[in-house]
Amino acid sequence: MITVIDYNAGNLTSVKRALDHLGLESQITADAQIVARAERIIFPGVGHAAAAMRVLHARGLDEALQEAFGDGAPILGICLGSQIVLAHSEEGDTPCLNLLAGKCHRFALADPSLKIPHIGWNAVKVEQPHFILKDLRPGDEFYFVHSYYPQPADAAHIYASSEYELTFPAAIGIANLFATQFHPEKSGAIGLNLLRNFAAWQP
Amino acid sequence: MLSKRIISCLDVRDGKLAKSVKFVDTKEIGDPVAQAKKYYEAGLDELVFYDITASSDNRSIMLDVVSRVAEQVFIPFSVGGGLRTVEDCAKVLLAGAEKINVNSAAVKNPQLIADASKAFGAQAVVLSMDVRRAAPTPAIPSGYEVVINGGRTPVGLDALEWARRGEDLGAGELVINSIDADGTKEGYELRLTRAIADAVRIPVIASGGGGKPEHLYDVLTEGHADAALVASMLHYGEYTVSEIKTYLAGRGVKVRLPAS
Repeated sequence: MITVIDYNAGNLTSVKRALDHLGLESQITADAQIVARAERIIFPGVGHAAAAMRVLHARGLDEALQEAFGDGAPILGICLGSQIVLAHSEEGDTPCLNLLAGKCHRFALADPSLKIPHIGWNAVKVEQPHFILKDLRPGDEFYFVHSYYPQPADAAHIYASSEYELTFPAAIGIANLFATQFHPEKSGAIGLNLLRNFAAWQP
Repeated sequence: MLSKRIISCLDVRDGKLAKSVKFVDTKEIGDPVAQAKKYYEAGLDELVFYDITASSDNRSIMLDVVSRVAEQVFIPFSVGGGLRTVEDCAKVLLAGAEKINVNSAAVKNPQLIADASKAFGAQAVVLSMDVRRAAPTPAIPSGYEVVINGGRTPVGLDALEWARRGEDLGAGELVINSIDADGTKEGYELRLTRAIADAVRIPVIASGGGGKPEHLYDVLTEGHADAALVASMLHYGEYTVSEIKTYLAGRGVKVRLPAS
């Protein structure tokens, strides 16, 4: 059973629908007790880091996630969920969950023709092997939509990167946590395959 | 490096697919869900659904279409047409759309952009504008004016100014649809697209006039567009997604090539 965390941050149904399509059992919940004891968690989300942290805190989901992480439950963060697992976000100067040391930065691009948000399909380059990324081939592209990106303090926690003037981390992880800045649930067959790998991942 | 997106637009009336030509007569050409799935599997990057249902009684049919698309299509898609309130927008997002697409309703009530952006995030709000050439006047300095109600009614608003305002209000992307080029298949309105793309920092999607892969090349390079909308050239089977993308890649445009 995959537990999808509901914290009022965007369209959770698209993650649920992707899991349904793959025949993977899942539930959407805002209940901290369920999250704390979940066997496998997807932590999706789009929106503002500060608003997200407020809702997580109000529902006790911040502590529940920390507990689940400490208990070893496999966790997949997606988009905003890859940013607020770090210690801090520049968005609203927000202290975050700190499951992984690092900060989330806003794109500061010199080229004025490059649009922000970074919206669309971009190649994801594997930086070090990970079970969840095992089927990626060079040049495989995923769908992104974001203005901020996660930067772990230690490069050892970067599993994949993308280019948008600068090279930024596209997938990060530590122990039983893995997180993608891109949206596997909106990235066609290769994205669905990544979700399938997450469901089978035994960290 | 970010790929240029090829997006197709499906006009839906009473739950069925229709393609408008010059915004006048529309003729039905099939089932939107089956068509969307076909394009998804062919490697299209994104979809837009415009609900052109005349009667508001039939709006729920569109929500059913959105929901069925979301169950089978795992690329982003937006939905527009008849969205007048944040509540209307919430319904299509909840049904499974990634983004909402506002046009005439936003011209009449610009606060809708701000409210939707605040409620769902800028990434979920696409501002579509129908634009036609006009004699430059103090009110329309760019020589391009915004029209509403399917291209019939000018509103005395300069397209460039509206694009900037839309960005300021919180739109995450712009669709620039040229009424002059729409349905002609003679190419996108390059000057208009470029003027707006250069005036805003959010992505610009060019719409109207695409008839050949060359037209996409022109608007994605010279026109400075981040994405191009295609309709009849795909809908009538004149080109495949793969043919368009292979052509663009061959001319050095970065696109996501369909998996082999």
